[in-house]
Amino acid sequence: VSATTSTPTKKVMSSGGYRRYQVYFWIVAALVLIATVRTITGAHDLDSQGAIRAAIVATCPILLAALGGLWSERAGVVNIGLEGQMLLGTWGAAFFTYWYNPYLGLLGGVVMGILGGVLHGLATITFGVDHIVSGVALNVIALGLITFLAEAFFTNLNSEFGRGGARQLQGLAKPVELEGIPGVSDTLKAVGEQHIWFVSDAANVLGALVSRVSVVTILVLALVPLTWWLLWRTSFGLRLRSCGENPAAAESLGVNVMAHKYVAVLVSGGLAGLGGAYLVAGSGFVTGQTAGRGYIGLAAMIFGNWRPLGALTGSAMFGYTDMLTFREESTIHALLLLVAIGLAIFAIIKWRGGLVKAASWSGAAAIAFLAWYLLVDSVPREFASMTPYVLTLLVLTFAAQQLRMPKADGQIYRKGAVG
Amino acid sequence: MNATMRKVVGAFAAPVVALLVAVLVTSLVLTLAGAPVGEFWTTMLSPPKPRNWVNIMNQASMIFLSAMAAAIGFRMNLFNIGVEGQYTLASYAAAVFAGAALLPGMLNILGTIFVAMAVGAAWAGLAGLLKVTRGVSEVISTIMLNAIAITLVGIALNKYGEDIGNSVRTTPIDEGSMLSGWSPFADRDGALWTLNLLAVSVGLGMWFLINRTRFGFDLRAAGQNESAAVASGVKVNRMVVSAMLISGAIAGLIWLPALFGDASYYGSTFQKGLGFIGIAVALLGRNRPVGVAVGALLFAWLNEQANPLGLLVGISPSVVQITQGFVVLAVVIAYELVRRWLATAEQRALKDELETRHSKPREVVT
Repeated sequence: VSATTSTPTKKVMSSGGYRRYQVYFWIVAALVLIATVRTITGAHDLDSQGAIRAAIVATCPILLAALGGLWSERAGVVNIGLEGQMLLGTWGAAFFTYWYNPYLGLLGGVVMGILGGVLHGLATITFGVDHIVSGVALNVIALGLITFLAEAFFTNLNSEFGRGGARQLQGLAKPVELEGIPGVSDTLKAVGEQHIWFVSDAANVLGALVSRVSVVTILVLALVPLTWWLLWRTSFGLRLRSCGENPAAAESLGVNVMAHKYVAVLVSGGLAGLGGAYLVAGSGFVTGQTAGRGYIGLAAMIFGNWRPLGALTGSAMFGYTDMLTFREESTIHALLLLVAIGLAIFAIIKWRGGLVKAASWSGAAAIAFLAWYLLVDSVPREFASMTPYVLTLLVLTFAAQQLRMPKADGQIYRKGAVG
Repeated sequence: MNATMRKVVGAFAAPVVALLVAVLVTSLVLTLAGAPVGEFWTTMLSPPKPRNWVNIMNQASMIFLSAMAAAIGFRMNLFNIGVEGQYTLASYAAAVFAGAALLPGMLNILGTIFVAMAVGAAWAGLAGLLKVTRGVSEVISTIMLNAIAITLVGIALNKYGEDIGNSVRTTPIDEGSMLSGWSPFADRDGALWTLNLLAVSVGLGMWFLINRTRFGFDLRAAGQNESAAVASGVKVNRMVVSAMLISGAIAGLIWLPALFGDASYYGSTFQKGLGFIGIAVALLGRNRPVGVAVGALLFAWLNEQANPLGLLVGISPSVVQITQGFVVLAVVIAYELVRRWLATAEQRALKDELETRHSKPREVVT
């Protein structure tokens, strides 16, 4: 706790230009790191085009939950009900995709998510219920509701539009996938398969971004800058964020705090619902298919310091390791080395920042991972799925002091409380 | 309405209204989906058979333990969402320890109880330590620890478990260390597990701890007004860690009645999800042992009675989760509204009293 005062805050507060330059630097650094580990271990599947594509697909639903959490928490409402809103979204998407088309399906997911947001908003904003309590209840309700609705509506469906079951609806139509840019996509693919240090890795990332991408993925990725622009570059966004920092002051300046909080929670629910719909668009409907992604999204957002780009980084980390669980065990083994080097770099940064304690702890963790990598030949597949949780805990442990959540986040505000 | 009447109404109005709201919402959902509402409620409210009574009591005691684990944190605004992971890890450790039969007969049971509590406490204590030393929110850290615990148990079970055809399990416990329990009806209707007594003792112990000890007073003080508690000398950091340790220790007990009463090993029969149900029940019962006990019985009743729904009425048993979720949501909303209503009523009563006192001397003067 004492570290709060000693931590230099100028890094976090730095101006936009500096930060933008930093982003490119970190992207390149991450690529260099992966390229090096890939070359050392020969685990080319660490960032083959297929792997990156799978990682992007795994990232999107988590990212949507994270952005949902961002919207709501920036207005001061903790939304642990993201999981429930995603679940509602999966059902809505499946229903509307079957009866209409995949695009109305996405909309159906959004609408169902918004309904979840309405419930959370009523409980927390109008009735002043504790935000965590309301979210927990919402998650219980949502799981029960979609299981019931799936059995009631999907069991007997069987046609060219989809095959139903008591707990699933498969074979649904999918949104359009863009084939790629003629010439460019092929070249990138060819370069990627040469396994040249850094060059192939960069080609694979670019290739995955421009060929065989779903239009929905593009839409989802576009939501990151859109969220940033709306919340940080418009007066609406300033008002919304002021409700999360100091609602009493905002109200005294004439901001309609309740309305802004409602907008934020509804957008939050809608984004989470879209996250559920994204899952359905990818692999059909199964009851409970979100598998905790709402919670992960929340963690990714906190990891990202309540900022859009940070949320994207956190989600990408989760998405990447989520993808690795489906790869060969040698790839998962290489992940150990990746984590070890990553932690070592983190330790060096901390050490240069003068935080000796944090540096030594993460340094020790790095050595432990390195030893693990050297001592064993294969790693249980489940390990990869556990990595993001462990990493989040580690990062929060060493960096929680630098994170700054909205000041009035999670606090109950009653209209006119300012007097 | 006088003050006592207001208090009585306040205590009972909220849960009753909440239950009504939940029933209404569930009926509404069923109606909108075109499901038979009448048959649903007939099935749910039909008198349970002896076998169902036994199941309800057994389930209720496990739900009660889980809810008490969550409740002690909630009393000081500490959200231990991690009961699920704590009891999963503790149940696995307990099953391994009991299966190894290091101690004979009854001693084995005592040892297992100790191991389960220690493992649960350690896992929860980790979140407590992270909160007080590094400022990591316990909500996020316990969610992460849930996922890690469940994965770890999966890895360990696959690696060290016994392969029994289509699934893996830990070594079963010796007959001599099992505690089947007491059958109130015919033997084929099953037995009330002996270790349900853990729930009773935890309930009594928690009541005493919270209401009759310095620790409990400090805990409640820290929950109601942290800065006032700090000012009066409560060491909040120490309270956070202790509360998490106790919470985790209780979480470790959750599945033990079933382990010794019926399962005898950790494997495919392990009952998941009790940790999350417990959170809901703790909120429903306002974190008080008596309220939580009533809530646990209600949830166990709903779960047990819903089982035949698919067969008899043709709707998913999970529909009761809608009822359960709405009960929790409605009860917290109702308590909040009652609190606001009581506050206004008290203010009005005070104002009336002041006015009459104030106006009397004036009457004398005129």
